[in-house]
Amino acid sequence: MTTVAVKPATMAQALTRAMRDAMAADPSVHVMGEDVGTLGGVFRVTDGLAEEFGEDRCTDTPLAEAGILGTAVGMAMYGLRPVVEMQFDAFAYPAFEQLVSHVAKMRNRTRGRMPLPITIRVPYGGGIGGVEHHSDSSEVYYMATPGLHVVTPATVADAYGLLRASIASDDPVVFLEPKRLYWSKADWNPEEPQSVEPIGRAVVRRSGRSATLITYGPSVPVCLEAAEAAREEGWDLEVVDLRSLVPFDDETVAASVRRTGRAVVVHESGGFGGPGGEIAARVTERCFHHLEAPVLRVAGFDIPYPPPMLERHHLPGVDRILDAVGRLQWEAES
Amino acid sequence: MTVMEQRGAYRPSPPPAWQPRTDPAPLLPDAEPYRVLGTEAAAKADPDLLRRLYAELVRGRRYNAQATALTKQGRLAVYPSSTGQEACEVAAALALEERDWLFPSYRDTLAAVARGVDPVEALTLLRGDWHTGYDPYEHRVAPLSTPLATQLPHAVGLAHAARIKGDDVVALAMVGDGGTSEGDFHEALNFAAVWQAPVVFLVQNNGFAISVPLAKQTAAPSLAHKAVGYGMPGRLVDGNDAAAVHEVLGEAVRRAREGGGPTLIEAVTYRIDAHTNADDATRYRGDAEVEAWRDHDPIALLDRELTARGLLDEAGREAARDAAEAMAADLRERMNQDAVLDPADLFAHVYAEPTPQLREQHAQLRAELDAEHDTHGGAHR
Ligand SMILES: Cc1ncc(C[n+]2csc(CCOP(=O)(O)OP(=O)(O)O)c2C)c(N)n1
Repeated sequence: MTTVAVKPATMAQALTRAMRDAMAADPSVHVMGEDVGTLGGVFRVTDGLAEEFGEDRCTDTPLAEAGILGTAVGMAMYGLRPVVEMQFDAFAYPAFEQLVSHVAKMRNRTRGRMPLPITIRVPYGGGIGGVEHHSDSSEVYYMATPGLHVVTPATVADAYGLLRASIASDDPVVFLEPKRLYWSKADWNPEEPQSVEPIGRAVVRRSGRSATLITYGPSVPVCLEAAEAAREEGWDLEVVDLRSLVPFDDETVAASVRRTGRAVVVHESGGFGGPGGEIAARVTERCFHHLEAPVLRVAGFDIPYPPPMLERHHLPGVDRILDAVGRLQWEAES
Repeated sequence: MTVMEQRGAYRPSPPPAWQPRTDPAPLLPDAEPYRVLGTEAAAKADPDLLRRLYAELVRGRRYNAQATALTKQGRLAVYPSSTGQEACEVAAALALEERDWLFPSYRDTLAAVARGVDPVEALTLLRGDWHTGYDPYEHRVAPLSTPLATQLPHAVGLAHAARIKGDDVVALAMVGDGGTSEGDFHEALNFAAVWQAPVVFLVQNNGFAISVPLAKQTAAPSLAHKAVGYGMPGRLVDGNDAAAVHEVLGEAVRRAREGGGPTLIEAVTYRIDAHTNADDATRYRGDAEVEAWRDHDPIALLDRELTARGLLDEAGREAARDAAEAMAADLRERMNQDAVLDPADLFAHVYAEPTPQLREQHAQLRAELDAEHDTHGGAHR
């Protein structure tokens, strides 16, 4: 038996490794975007790929998001597997026309004859002190577009496993990278990376009996922290990490809520028209007779993403989650 | 010394790295649209090619007329006719080799048909039974694109990918004059030039974007001039002169195939019919203008040339007409058959594997259809 050197690795390193392994395994995988080559991306997630695979496989494109995604469509039509980097969440918006009208629909328009295996990596969310347009949570736009898969890892292992799965997928995947977790570390063996994690499965990150926190991406560590803190108050919280917003794992989520009878959905993006409303509705439809209280939401405020010095007031933190958990002691008004 | 004079005296030297990256002169289009028919150049045109173009133009015009008639009979939801523009459609498609790709816009049905797409399948989008009726890989024709100019970056990406793979494939991307104002037009041309991708961009300048004339679309001397800023050659051609369009496109395709990079071609033409059957063109243009363009009709121009050279007589005209009529009769008959639709298609092609959510919705629809069937005892519709 060989001993494996398990070392701490960051999420960013795991993502790089996933692209590297995918490129080594399949010559049709191409990475492209702004500054992804020589610089290795502004977050260094594509570090070393141009050096190892050449500029044709890891390409610095002109500065044009619609052009990046639009040309990726043509490349995918011709049998390549483009992995596209959008530099920041709010700078992906110029590419929405290509995303919505072509990337998401090409398989459907052509009755399955022209699938587009494109992975669109989008660093998203706040908490890193970014200035305006660098902290948006844009997941709901992607979720509302049929034809796209939408995934977001919360752990180093999932960053690797889900990105490999996304690149291997014959469908377009919007791969949301929680940028405040880029530098989160875990013991991980980069020489023997974790297995590929299939898209569409939620996972119970912490089991508990008194209520379920349903969350994903950047809010997963916050929920785990809240679950620890809640122990003092006698709450034994289960934390479900969705990992995939589309497809949605109703089974895992509903099974958890049926066990606990109570649920809070936690995410950074705004609550009104946000992912939490959809999730709460799905949980209610499936678990109505098991619920002891309404499904609550803890979300960002319904405001444009605030300036960095105020963002801590906006982001759902442990206290706000605990407050919601307290409200799960729900009694019908007489 | 006044302040202005002092300013005038200040002559900054250029920044250290300054030198133009490309000599703009060879990129500039000619002042006049290039023509072949009716000029001395016509003598050099290949007779077989001219006869083929003629037959295709006649067939294309008949196709436009038939498709427009089908809208009146309710068989097509809408049809954007390319009457008057057939030379661009046909000559462009014929300038490609079989291995090349065409990226058409919604008006370019004729170009798709000229590349071999079944005339009925080319109309599926407009009839409404599915978004794309044909297999894009069969004749290397991308789906007809409705959002303006969005197909242009696809052409660039495909051409780029082909070059990476070592295939000498060229992509031809078609767009209207209005479409040149879209951001995707800019991004596609810029990518193509930077990557030296084997792409040919063909702008069919038919004078209008629905009702908006070219003067309100651009202040550029010509749309072909736009090429210069990207670092690719711009060419201006008479879009009603099938021989000229074929020659200019042929040159650009050859250049692209040999690694010479992209070209922007503006074909100056006119939309004789309204924007679609649903449009009222009298609101934005007068009869005199339309009549002037009728005098410059692409079929008439070619007819005159062929006749003058003894390559076409009444029997030849009749043969072309008969072939076009046969095509129209077949189109009419097949379009008059009711489409057979499968509601399961709604869920079949969203993802490679339907999501659990789509499986549930599919089951729901199936139950609804079964209930309908039991109630009415009829077939699914
Ligand atoms: C992005 C986008 N905006 C608006 C429209 C609606 N529209 C359809 S055709 C058209 C005019 C296009 O004119 P032009 O590009 O000159 O092409 P033509 O119709 O003359 O062939 C417009 C505005 C569209 N299809 N796509």
